[in-house]
Amino acid sequence: MSDTRKVTIKAFRFNAETDYLPSYKDYEMEVGKDELILDLLNRIKWEHDGSFSYRRSCRHGICGACGIKVNGKPVLSCKQNAMELLDMFNNELVFEPQSKKRAIKDMIIDKKDFWDKHAAVKPYVEAEVDPHPEHETKQSIEEFNKILDADLCIQCGSCHYACPVVEVNEEYFGPAAFVAAYRFSVDTRDNAGIERLEATAERGQGVWDCVKCYECAEACPKEINPIEKITKLHNMQFEQGVAQSNVATRHAEGFVRSIQKHGFLDEADIVVYSEGYLNMHKHIKTAIKMAMAGKIHFTDALPWVDNVPKSKNLDEIQKLIEISMTNKL
Amino acid sequence: MSKLKYALFTGCTAKQSTPELLSSTLAVAEKLGIEIVILEEASCCGASHLQDFDEFLAHVLNARNICYAEKLGLTMITICNTCQLNSAMTKHALDTNPELKAKVNEKLAEVGLEYKGTSEIKHFLYALIEDYGLDKIKDKVEVPLSNFNIAPFYGCHNIRPSELHHSSNGGENPYVPTSLDDLIDALEGHPVDYDHKNKCCGFHVELQANHTSEVLSGNAMVDAIDNNADLMVTPCPLCHLKMDTYQDSTGKVIGRDIELPVLHMPQMVALALGCSEKEIGLNFHVQKATQLFDEAR
Repeated sequence: MSDTRKVTIKAFRFNAETDYLPSYKDYEMEVGKDELILDLLNRIKWEHDGSFSYRRSCRHGICGACGIKVNGKPVLSCKQNAMELLDMFNNELVFEPQSKKRAIKDMIIDKKDFWDKHAAVKPYVEAEVDPHPEHETKQSIEEFNKILDADLCIQCGSCHYACPVVEVNEEYFGPAAFVAAYRFSVDTRDNAGIERLEATAERGQGVWDCVKCYECAEACPKEINPIEKITKLHNMQFEQGVAQSNVATRHAEGFVRSIQKHGFLDEADIVVYSEGYLNMHKHIKTAIKMAMAGKIHFTDALPWVDNVPKSKNLDEIQKLIEISMTNKL
Repeated sequence: MSKLKYALFTGCTAKQSTPELLSSTLAVAEKLGIEIVILEEASCCGASHLQDFDEFLAHVLNARNICYAEKLGLTMITICNTCQLNSAMTKHALDTNPELKAKVNEKLAEVGLEYKGTSEIKHFLYALIEDYGLDKIKDKVEVPLSNFNIAPFYGCHNIRPSELHHSSNGGENPYVPTSLDDLIDALEGHPVDYDHKNKCCGFHVELQANHTSEVLSGNAMVDAIDNNADLMVTPCPLCHLKMDTYQDSTGKVIGRDIELPVLHMPQMVALALGCSEKEIGLNFHVQKATQLFDEAR
């Protein structure tokens, strides 16, 4: 097999100052087996069109500047082998900025929303420090391990702009900010943990609006797994008594209530318990439609009727909940 | 080939709001000669919400479910992407973290169980494709689905995070998944290619962030419709519930009329294999789908 492949690359072209709409232009080139996406970006600029614009700096996967999307897949250009993507996408590559609606020029986007949200979670250790300390503030191996891999984030924005919630809900902090919130909240030198946790507990901006799509875990070029930290923030809110009682937290905690009683989830009860009886009017239309289709029964929501199937050996489940549950709402 | 035999973790929805998922799964298995033992002892997987409240408790309960498949010496199959993810996450956590495994087993010992890590966990979709084989399914088609353009909707929790799933989903690429397309092909339907096939349906925030949920499912359904889909098919009952149940309200939020039957993966297979109307259970859909039974013929 030849070490090079002749391909056509389609690139998103747009200049916010002069263009009303973006366009896509084709660039033909012979791609070598060791070339990176960053090499191809350079070659578009150097060999085809000097006006082609993109961010780049360190070329070592540490500055986080060169994130783009190739065929919808977030990549760090300087880390991503081109041949691998040619194989993945059947020799057709489409280069696009991380977020088309934020495009300024070609691959360059306005990352203001990312930086604002990142700053909002106080991504630094907040502590009163003696101006003339007599010794270092040491971290034990154990303490350091709690920070996990969250410290490796390079703020490239790959996860942030892969997150569908960021696209729909402008308030939402997004996965990268949550990784930072987690990283500094578990740092034992930090005193702003509760404040940070409270910010992530707010509905709209906080972790409760996460849709659990795992796009962030798939996107991260540093393999940080942001949603793992989002789950930890959820748990920490309960552990540290920061969780407010609302539809989202009751929805999480309500699972215990159902599983304790039936082993399975009581689908009607989880809605009633999360929303509260007073808010059930929102769901009446849906409930009627579901009942008409035979999906649920009109009596399901009545507290004295139990239509829920039961797990065999339910006593085991109840015992395990009793001895394993650590959190409370 | 010896007869395939699996332990089925039904999950909660197949026992409650989507009975058609369970009946069609069992019908498909019977048609293909696959033996199924239902894990009646199993509990809810936590659906990624219990995990938010108490991750350790979720691991304990999921490990218990897996114990029962291990006792039978069988691969555990799931018919819900979220059950698949949460069971596989627990398996991965326990198999790679001996300390956590010991802590979980300490709890399980109190009810006379031990998690060993001997059972595989696989979604039924991949059991059909990887273990049974598409060619053999093709041979069994009695009602080719050639009258339909079918939009495959993969559902996040079968394909992401890819590292977790690769051993059980045939290495499916989350950016270019092909399994459902291939299955539709094998049943002689026409797979619809559209951008949103591997995107999120918004189910998990239906209650707490309704607008987000509606926009995500709406975008996906409209994309399928604009690419000429007659129906959508998904291996996940939660995607199904979100998309089938809320088309009215979703349409209002995104400003488009949406009328798109959404089938469970086993319902589609059952339709093509000539299973009965009752087994396929199209009557349990909120968005009218019963006509598909005759339209297929």
